[in-house]
Amino acid sequence: MDFEFTPEQGAFKEEFLSWLKKDLPDDWDPTRYRNLDSTEEWARAHKDFQGRLYEAAYAGLHYPMEYGGQGRTLMEEVIVLQTVATTCVELRMPGVITFGMAAPTIQYCGNEEQKKEFLPKMLDGTHIWCQGFSEPNAGSDVANVSTRAVKDNGHYIVNGQKTWTSFAHMADYCILLVRTDPDAKKHKGLSYLLLDMKLPGVEVRPIIQITGEQDFNELYMEDVRVPVEMLVGNEGDGWRIAITTLMFERVIGDVTMAAVYQKNIERMIEMAKQSKRAGKPVSEDPIFRQQLAQAYIEVMVLKYHGLRNLSHQISGGIPGPEGSIGKLLWSEPNQRITEAAIGMQGPNSQIMGGSPWSVQDGFWQYSFLRSKGNTIEAGTSEIQRNIIGERVLGLPKDITRVARQQ
Amino acid sequence: MDIKLNEDQIEIARQARRFCENESPTEYVRAMFEDERGFTDEIWGKMVEMGWTAMRIPEAHGGLDMDLMDLAVILEEMGRTVVPGPFFSTVLLAAEAIMEAGSGSQKEAYLPGIAEGKIKGTLALHEAEGGGDLGHIEMDARPDGDGFVLNGTKLYVPDAHVADFIVCAARTESENVSAGEGITLFLVDPKAEGVSVSLLPSMDGTRKLCAVEFKEVRIGAEEILGEAGKGWEPLCRVLQRGQVGLCAECLGGAQRAMEIATEYAKVRVQFDQPIGAFQAVKHRCAQMYVEVESARSILYWAAWAQDHGNPEEAVLAASVAKAYCSTVYRNATTSAIQVLGGTGFSWEHDIHLYLKRAKANEVALGDPVYHREQVAQFIVG
Ligand SMILES: Cc1cc2nc3c(=O)[nH]c(=O)nc-3n(C[C@H](O)[C@H](O)[C@H](O)COP(=O)(O)OP(=O)(O)OC[C@H]3O[C@@H](n4cnc5c(N)ncnc54)[C@H](O)[C@@H]3O)c2cc1C
Repeated sequence: MDFEFTPEQGAFKEEFLSWLKKDLPDDWDPTRYRNLDSTEEWARAHKDFQGRLYEAAYAGLHYPMEYGGQGRTLMEEVIVLQTVATTCVELRMPGVITFGMAAPTIQYCGNEEQKKEFLPKMLDGTHIWCQGFSEPNAGSDVANVSTRAVKDNGHYIVNGQKTWTSFAHMADYCILLVRTDPDAKKHKGLSYLLLDMKLPGVEVRPIIQITGEQDFNELYMEDVRVPVEMLVGNEGDGWRIAITTLMFERVIGDVTMAAVYQKNIERMIEMAKQSKRAGKPVSEDPIFRQQLAQAYIEVMVLKYHGLRNLSHQISGGIPGPEGSIGKLLWSEPNQRITEAAIGMQGPNSQIMGGSPWSVQDGFWQYSFLRSKGNTIEAGTSEIQRNIIGERVLGLPKDITRVARQQ
Repeated sequence: MDIKLNEDQIEIARQARRFCENESPTEYVRAMFEDERGFTDEIWGKMVEMGWTAMRIPEAHGGLDMDLMDLAVILEEMGRTVVPGPFFSTVLLAAEAIMEAGSGSQKEAYLPGIAEGKIKGTLALHEAEGGGDLGHIEMDARPDGDGFVLNGTKLYVPDAHVADFIVCAARTESENVSAGEGITLFLVDPKAEGVSVSLLPSMDGTRKLCAVEFKEVRIGAEEILGEAGKGWEPLCRVLQRGQVGLCAECLGGAQRAMEIATEYAKVRVQFDQPIGAFQAVKHRCAQMYVEVESARSILYWAAWAQDHGNPEEAVLAASVAKAYCSTVYRNATTSAIQVLGGTGFSWEHDIHLYLKRAKANEVALGDPVYHREQVAQFIVG
């Protein structure tokens, strides 16, 4: 057993860190959670950053050279992403769908042309991707999508509505789950398309979220003509592709999240030292100290569980439904941690960023609100526990569900 | 980075599983639960034959010089069947104390005997006013010639009633010293004059706890374990090993509790379906799985840190792991009882053995509140 990087990996980390320090603008403040204000500025900064990563050979380290990657291991990729996560996660954020879902899907399930066409442009920052799975009537029950794609003369004519589509307002492309066969059984009639967001008939309407910001959207498609070359796999394969490809990159998400949270805990400790309760630093209060320690413990659980999975995957293990653990380990603790953090501020927990009285510029107020989405996005906690219960532990499905599927 | 058991460890685990299932079935565990002594020489002898008592002892003293991780693999299996007896107190507390603090001659006097299973020992640490805190050592050791005289009471001393020696921590200096200073470890013969050992009615009958009273117990210079006044640091290292060892036990027990609940949820039918189809039950089982697998990851880190990490990481990881894994075990047993319904509340079903061990392990060697405060001291200051 070994929990350490090899000397080469350690050296690689140092090398990347010094590159990153030089690359970031002089006025970049890693302690601020938002350095970029407008959507346009954010998207631009993300693409520029990704482009520089690519130029410097730090993008897509574990992707094959012929698709713009570096042909190295998942470990080097993780080293880069962890480092980015603790210095400038904001610059990576608009790429979460691009790299977390779209790229692995094309890598593992796309054909040669699709890989050649799309992967290099993801890795070099040309394109941002979004994910069009959820619909008003297909949330947890995502196999219920009703967006229709009808084949017509070398094209699929797509009609329907997606919702909660993160970063669609910045995106160049979309991975789209559509129904190609309305007569087949629910899971069997789905197909997986790559949608160019600039096609006529595609419309993006913003949704404002709980934090007051706009990160996601409604996505409307009216008679959009998608070339048949944009089909991933075969018609009817949509469901299988959608669920299997998600698992591959999940472990990267877990260890990156652990790095982000570790940084957050440092920020929380600093806050606890500066905030006062009855005139004394919160960090000296035994109850809040217990909470700080508990927060740290939960982050260590995510970190070491993620590393164990990563190590398993690097040595050839196939990720399975047990990956659902990681989703639960980053979502639920983040809600507890942010709740504890604003709890340490007493009545000041009401004060958002932008006031001289704001604590850490409202980071925890924002994070507390944002964390409420964590147990919903990427499969709710209930769905994760269903997956673990049924697919890992082999517990039976509810009879009403069994009956419906027959 | 390579976070998994190696081939040898997998084989050790396999043998340990077979041993525990064959030699420590529930009939044995239950008999020992009621038995005052708490183990049989026959089973003890078989463990010795397996080499388990020798694993951690250096080769120079007749042992196998193995890693804590190797032992953790066995402890996990022992936890899985709630194996009773003085293994933990002897191998993880007493032996480690001698290895950490003992002089050359003390090591030679004790370690080969422990490795061969001939002598058993324990560690006397807790006192009435310390509660879940491990640093509260106030028992008085009065200088007397080249030795000391001990007076006071140690509590919750595991297996002292069957121990051949007790490592006792006491305070030899109290003026102008901080909490960790002025602690001395003594090797005490439980049969010595002035020492009296009495069994406490512990909830977990498979882990016997004793009160040990000391009345004017004279300790000679050669029975000072290591250096007088310098016992705290080696003691801390011993406690860390013990904490990690307990985590391994917790993991094994929690995993078994999860399996018991899950197996039952598949076969118990109510309202025309197996209860595991109800999400209230299914999600409990899923949560047990999440926590058990997480505990495994944290245990591996903590054990690795003891064997190969730097000392700071080792201390931190032990406390993180102890707070986490012991809580996981408690949660798993509590949840399992709920899944089992009335059956889970019966003496006849084994789950109570797990619940009781979980509660014993939760408070042994520092409760979660203590360990979280340790973590806080580390990260906050
Ligand atoms: C921040 C954020 C970003 C998102 N980004 C995207 C994106 O980019 N692309 C995209 O396609 N989607 C995205 N989503 C949508 C997300 O995937 C869905 O919200 C999610 O799958 C849940 O669907 P729903 O909102 O319709 O809730 P519902 O499915 O209606 O669920 C409502 C409640 O019912 C529970 N429930 C539902 N079914 C079951 C069941 N079988 N057993 C037990 N409980 C059940 C749920 O757990 C939940 O508590 C995003 C969501 C959020 C919050």
